[in-house]
This record gives sequence, structure tokens and C-alpha cells, in this order.
Amino acid sequence: MFLAGGTNLLDLMKLEIETPTHLVDVQDLKLDAIEETTEGGLRIGALATNTAVAADARIRRDYSVLTRAIVAGASGQLRNKATTAGNLLQRTRCPYFYDTNMPCNKRKPGSGCAALGGYSRQLAVIGSSDQCIATYPGDMAVALRVLDAAVETVKADGTARTIPIAEFHRLPGTQPQRDNSLERGELITAVTLPRPIGGRHFYHKVRDRASYAFALVSVAAVLQKDGSGRVAFGGVAHKPWRVEAAEAALPLGAPAVAAQVFADAQPTEDNKFKISLAERTLASVIAQARS
Amino acid sequence: MEFNAPAGTNLFDKSRIVGKPTPRIDGPLKTTGTAPYAYERHDVAPNQAYGYVVGAAISKGRIVSMDLSEARSAPGVIAIVAAPETQPLGKARSNIAPLFGGDEIAHYHQAIACVVAETFEQARSAAGLIRTVYGREEGAFDLAAAAPAAGLAKGRGGKPDRKLRGDFEAAFAVAPVKLDAQYTTPDETHAMMEPHATIAAWHGDQLTLWTSNQMIDWAKSSMAQILDMKPENVRIDSPFIGGGFGGKLFIRSDAVMAALGAKAAGRPVKVTLQRPLVVNNTTHRHATIQRLRIGAERDGRITAIAHENWSGNLYGSEGEDGTLQTPKLYSGENRLTANYVAALDLPEGNAMRAPGEAVGHLALEAAMDELAELLDMDPVELRIRNEPQSVPGTPDKKFSDRNLVRCLRDGAERFGWSRRATKPGQVRDGRWLVGMGVAAGYRGGPVQKSGARVRLETDGRITVETDMTDIGTGSYTIIAQTAAETMGVPLEQVTVKLGDSRFPASAGSGGQWGAASSTAGTYAACVSLRRAIGEKLGFNGDTATFADSRIHLSNRTIPLTDAGSMAAEDQITFGEFKREYDVGTYAAHFCEVGVDVFTGETRIRRMLAVCDAGRILNPLSARSQVIGGMVMATGAALMEELAVDKRFGFFVNHDLAGYEVPVHADIPHQEVVFLETEDPIASPLKAKGVGELGICGPGAALANALYNATGVRVRDYPITLDKYLDELPDLATI
Repeated sequence: MFLAGGTNLLDLMKLEIETPTHLVDVQDLKLDAIEETTEGGLRIGALATNTAVAADARIRRDYSVLTRAIVAGASGQLRNKATTAGNLLQRTRCPYFYDTNMPCNKRKPGSGCAALGGYSRQLAVIGSSDQCIATYPGDMAVALRVLDAAVETVKADGTARTIPIAEFHRLPGTQPQRDNSLERGELITAVTLPRPIGGRHFYHKVRDRASYAFALVSVAAVLQKDGSGRVAFGGVAHKPWRVEAAEAALPLGAPAVAAQVFADAQPTEDNKFKISLAERTLASVIAQARS
Repeated sequence: MEFNAPAGTNLFDKSRIVGKPTPRIDGPLKTTGTAPYAYERHDVAPNQAYGYVVGAAISKGRIVSMDLSEARSAPGVIAIVAAPETQPLGKARSNIAPLFGGDEIAHYHQAIACVVAETFEQARSAAGLIRTVYGREEGAFDLAAAAPAAGLAKGRGGKPDRKLRGDFEAAFAVAPVKLDAQYTTPDETHAMMEPHATIAAWHGDQLTLWTSNQMIDWAKSSMAQILDMKPENVRIDSPFIGGGFGGKLFIRSDAVMAALGAKAAGRPVKVTLQRPLVVNNTTHRHATIQRLRIGAERDGRITAIAHENWSGNLYGSEGEDGTLQTPKLYSGENRLTANYVAALDLPEGNAMRAPGEAVGHLALEAAMDELAELLDMDPVELRIRNEPQSVPGTPDKKFSDRNLVRCLRDGAERFGWSRRATKPGQVRDGRWLVGMGVAAGYRGGPVQKSGARVRLETDGRITVETDMTDIGTGSYTIIAQTAAETMGVPLEQVTVKLGDSRFPASAGSGGQWGAASSTAGTYAACVSLRRAIGEKLGFNGDTATFADSRIHLSNRTIPLTDAGSMAAEDQITFGEFKREYDVGTYAAHFCEVGVDVFTGETRIRRMLAVCDAGRILNPLSARSQVIGGMVMATGAALMEELAVDKRFGFFVNHDLAGYEVPVHADIPHQEVVFLETEDPIASPLKAKGVGELGICGPGAALANALYNATGVRVRDYPITLDKYLDELPDLATI
């Protein structure tokens, strides 16, 4: 297992949720540059810290949804240590995943899911399976999803590939232990952003306290003057949740979009509020864009 | 010294040090990381090994088998102490479930083993190799389900805890204005920064525990009971404590496992509870269900008030009594309070900052707001109209010094209360719905006997030794101020040593009694020392003036150093006369919130507390106590909740990521005002505590502000946005 900033992995090791036999420290790989691509976008090195990415003048100017998402997460100290690749690989914050006495298909495949029928207020409302209702906890990836970023990797045999962000995180299905589509030994080297798309950038993260908490629901949006745009939701599924087809409804307002985005939702009694919260948060963003 | 009559004019009325804003004298140790906290005391005992506690994986049942073979042969393992191999230990009075031993499991994460190894990582790794097979039994984990069958709690003297005055039912039935509402509050955890931690070492049959504990004398006797030892063979040392809030009032499994581990290993052992064990292995604040019925005349006078409270605890032991403040706060001839406790199989509940009142105010003070609305009356005026002349629940008792009305009027003026819109949901500031709320606060101002030893050194320095603790509250500083004032030396000349059971027993830190009691005990010891100095040098120590490091007599002055090296020990005890009085502390709390009309996010805009707590010994640390209480009350009102898994029977969100407490960004502005009052019944210093006053009321003020902002009343705490989101204005109308 690779170790970069360690802000999630070391905590998980302390609780023996992760028990890697070997750790490969990749921090000295010099993958921390943020550079322009020939296509007019940016390539963010896998080891660029969250703080460096959020503060980068080009990102603040052309991709400010990304800056806003990053600074909405964790704390200053953690962002100084956390890396771009590590942020993508954050594991769920499902409380049953965090208690090794509890059945959890993500932690121990085949053991069952204690969250089903349990305390699920924070958990997924859509895209879940009968084996896992965990959410992906991060913010940065929700912004990357709306920006159509891509993840560059190198496999153990040296071959490189590029994974569109939409395909990077997985749904739990029958293999909830797999958070993403990386293969064993595959290392993230960079995240690329396509050419800037203009528009106004928003990241609205709703949580129970004002800072240092995971999202109940978050909305990453880039909205254009003509009312068109893109929107992705965090805190609702096992991956950043974006339904491109629903974006055509953005000029009609949040309810029209949310109705399509969450058409297949299967919330629990505890977390069904997330659907109206997502709708209302998007409405807030749209109202700000129009103001 | 017995405090057996109201305090007359004394040296504290002309004080130069007591009552002055004084930065805490232990501050530099803390800001430089050199204050020795329990787990970091590497120097106190050589060759420390590490203990790692294993918590039970079930909430109720038995250990069928425990296989230690693999763990015992793991690298670095020195010893393993296992519950099935240990006779159940004795129980201290403060423990509900046994802390260790035997094969019965009483609650989740109850300690079942402790692995001792050369390193922490080796101990943890070996702990993971213990194979335990359980026989799981069904348990009761749902308070709401258990409450209807709950019996009355055991009240004072074992009498069922139900108090009646007049005829509540009849008076309520005919009251022209009536409120009948039920409120619920969740289980809460203390969430102190420093987890429970202990280093234990044995020398023969002598046990020393370097630990983190609020109550040294209790800890000493409890440990002796648990291990069947003589108390004199137990030494407790706890000079610095990284927060307690009631969670460290009692001996918990860290101390027990360190002691047993050290015995088994034959060397000192250190143990800290992992964060999840802090939640499920130790104590928590019990959830409550509270029903308020209040009947009033149309002019606002309360004629009937009933407050009934339900909570649950392991074996039906003492619960959380939310009614405590109700017999004190408001007048009303016909009254009923009743407190019921159900038997639950969750981890044991016990004291957390202002046990009873903290959650009682969340119900009572919201009910008063609801009543005010029914009466079409200002909530401040409603409270003032029901200001009692004597203690309403026990009218033969007088209030010692009560200035609640001043708190309310002064607070209303300062806060700009007159700008509050009477009708809720009317004030908009951009996307924010804005509202204001008020609540009163009452917390008793008890005292306990408290001892100290004071030494005069040859260089004129004063050293105070007492087993009093400083749990972040500022005890070091107020004790130093008291000694400096009484002995007439500068503050810098005073050294304070706390938390060691070899020092005279004190009141300890709990129940908001620590400040008033321990400073009175220090004063008593200083008075004894002054007398002893007088006897030695030939003057009356009671009438001489000690100032400027000199003793001022009618015809001469003597340098204090002329007395040489001397020591005196004394304790303060409190006489019968206090029983005629109710000694309380009071506050008026105001809060302004904004609620995002789209998302329902609540943001506090400002909070104000106007407090009446007698002489304030150190306005700096007293303010810190009150704002800390306000933060904790904010947590209780808006976010703090231990989520109960009713199938597995445990608190699920057992870490500081899952159990959210407020952060700075939640509360941008807090103001605290202390009325300049003195309570001569309270103590020789005319002082009362403030450590728990600050949590009594602000949560209700916040809830009332939230209602004023939105027009939505949520009676189920914490008031998270999912409970009112669908009642906010429809998107189409925003």
C-alpha cells in the first residue's frame, strides 16, 4: 500500500481498519508540480498538497470550484499534509466501517453490512447496494467531477493510463471493498484538468457544524450566464454524483434538476432528508448565480 | 475552620488580588507543552511498559471462551490480563458495572483484557490476536420503548423521586392558558481532549497512579475498594488534566487496567483509552424525555407547573434528572416534579457538566418560550412576572442572594432585545432568517469541605498544597490569588501544588463547587498559618494586617520572613446555617441566530450571558468557564448526539469525527457579563462557582432564537436541520 500524506491511512491503521503488511512511502517522488498542459488545462501532480492546489493562482482563477471544495474540507493542518492523490483515495466515514467489531462488507468482504438497518443519517441515498450504503466522504473529487478531470496512473508493470474521473470512483455493487477502479499496485501520478470552461463556480457544503465536518450534502456547480451549467453532488453516494442528462434542466431551476438526479434514490428513513437538502442547496447556488 | 455564619466584612472586601483579572499561572506550562499530563509522565517511573485495553464486542451476554495463545506469543508481549481469568473486581460506589473481571458483559466496550507489551504498537497488535467467543443476549437499548414502564428514581434518602405541592392536576385543569409539551435530549459524551490515561507502579503493596482525575480523594478510596486495598496504600497524582466535564470524576478502566497490568508485568505500565473506548467504556450523559405542563393566568402568573423526566441507565441506576432547576426558577402554587429511570443495557450513564440542569433547561426554558407565545407576552417579562420571593418548591427556604431579574433586564438592554420581532419567521437578512431567543439559567452553588496545607518558606514564598484539581478551569490561579491575598504577598510569591493524594483532601472539581470550596479551604489554612506566625512572633494573627510581605501591627511592622519556615494545615467546613438557604447561581442568556432559508443551516450570530454568581474570583478564567459552557450548550442544542444502535446496543459515532462538538466558526461572538454581587451565605469569599452555570440556559436561548427565526418549533434535541428542513419556506416562495 502506498503512503503519501497519511492523513487518512494512518488513522485507519491506528484503528486496525487498514493493516497493510507493507507500506511504500511515495512522498519523495517529486510528483508535486502543477503545470500547464498542451491542451490548455492543468496537470496537478499526485503529491501536490491540498493547500498548494487550493492556493494556486491559475486554479483560483479558472477552476475556483476546486479551490472552494478543497478549503471546505478538513483543517488547515490536514490540508498542508494531504495530497491530491490521497484525497481521491479517502475511505468512507461510515461509522460501522470504523468499528472493527461490526460487520462491514467494505472492511471485511462477506461479513455483512451493519449500516443497513442501523444509524445511516450520513450514508448514501442513491447508487447504494444491498451490501453497502457507504458514502464517499471527500469534497475535492466532487469538484473534479464537475470539471471533467482525469486521473493519470502508472501500473506496476510500468504501463500508464488515464481514467476519467467519472469512472474513477465506483459504486459498491457486490464489491464494496473496492472504492475505485485502481488495480493492485497502480499508482496515481497526476490529475489533469481540461481547458477552463468559464462560468461562475460554487461549492456549497452543508454540514452539522460550520467547519471541520463531513458533508451531509455538498453541491459543486459551474453555472454560465445563460443558465446552463454543470452540477455534481457530494455526500449522497459511494462516488461524487453527477447526472449529465439532468443538467439540461438547470435553467428550469433546482427542483427540475433534482427530480432527475435523484430519480432512482433509495434513501433510509434516517437520510431521506438529503434529497430535499440537495435540492434546496442547489436552489441556493442557482439563486446566488442569478444575483 | 467552620463557616457557621454569614460572612461579614473581611479582607476580600478590600482585595487587591482576588477578583482581579489574572492570567492563569500555569498558562506558560500549557502553551509550551511542558505541563505534565498523565500519559506523558515518562520520568515518574522507570521502564514503563504499554498496556492496550480490549473492549467487549457485544453489549450484553457472556464470554464463552477467550483464546490468548497467539497474543501471548506475539512480539514484545510481557503479560496479558484477561477478564475470564480474573475474579470480578470490587465496585466503587461510583461504578455501576464492574470495571473488570469475570465472564459477564454488562455493556459494549467493557474492558475484557489488557495486553502489556514493550511498545504501544506491539500491545495493540497482540490485542488483535485475542480470539473471543461471546454468547450474546438480548438487551434493552431504546429509552422511548422502556420509558413507559420506568419506575420512579430513588430520591434523597431513598424516597421515590416525586414531589408535590398544592394540587397540580386541579390547578392545571382550570388554568386559562396551558402548555403541555414533550422534549427529548440525546445521550452525550464529554468529548474532552485528553482521553482517560494512567501510569501505574507498584512498590510492594503500595500502588501509585499518575492519572487524569477530577476527584483525588474519591479516586483513592475507590481504587482501594476496587482492588480490596487499604486506602493509605494508594497514591493518586493528577496535577494536570486535559478536560474532564464529569467524565473523570470516577476511577475508570484505564486506572484499573494499568494497576493490574503493572502487577502482572512486574513493572510500571501506562494505559490510555482509545477514543472509541472513551465513549462506550466510560460514562456519558443520559438521554432524557421530559414533559412540561404549565398553567398560567392570562397575566402570565404561573398557577400550576409539572416537570416529569425519564431517563435510562444500566440496571436502572440513577439517571439524568432534568427537573432539578424547576423547583427553583419560577413561582407557582401548585407543583409536581417527578423523575423516572428505566433499566437499559447501554454503557453506564453518569455526571456530565451540570448533570440534570444542563438538559433540564433545554426543556423548561423552551417551554417558557412557548408559554410566552401562548400568552402573547414577552418571554423576558414572563420570567420576571414569575420571579419568586422564596424557593417555590420549598417555600420555607430563602434564596441567599438572587439577582435573576437584574440579569434579565440588564441582558435585554445590552442585547437590544427590544428589536426582537414578536412574531416568528419575519426577519430576513439576505438568505438568512434571523431570530432572537432568551432563557434563564439556574445552577446550585454548593460547597464541600476542603483542606489545604500552606507553608511559609524562609525566603518569604508561600506554597499551597491541596489535592484540589485544575481541569482547565483555573484552580491553580484562584488558589494562588487567595493565598497571596490572605498572606499579604505578591501573586508571584505563591506556588500552588495540586492533585496529589499526599496533600490534604479537598472538594475536588465537580458540581461547580470546586472554586468556592477550595479557595475557602486555602483561606482557612492561611488563617491558621497567620495565627501560628502570630503565636511565634507575639501578636494576634487574626487582627494583624498581612500586606506587602510584611505584618502590620498597631505600633510596628515585621517582615514576613522573620517568621522563618512554618506550615499550617486546615480545612473549611460548612455549618448548619446554610440549610435555611438555597444558594444558587443565575444567568440570563441571549442568542441571535441566522437560519439559511434554503438549506436550513443554523449560524449563531451572537450570544450574551449575564451572570450572577457572587464574587468573581478571577474574571478572566470565570469568563472562560462561562463561554465554555455556552459552547457546550450550543453543541447540545445543535449537534451533539451519541447515536444509539438499538440492535447492537452501543453508541455508534464513537470518535470526534462522528460526534461533532462546536468549532470556532459556529460561534463568532460571545459576551459574558458578571453582575457585581456577593453572597455572604456561600463562603468566606462570598463566591460561588460558575463552571456549570454557563451551560444552563444558552441551548434553550438558541432553540428559542431558532424558533423566532423560522417559526418552526423542534422539541427533539439536537436541532439538526433534517428536523425542520421541510417546514422552511417552499423554494418557489423564497
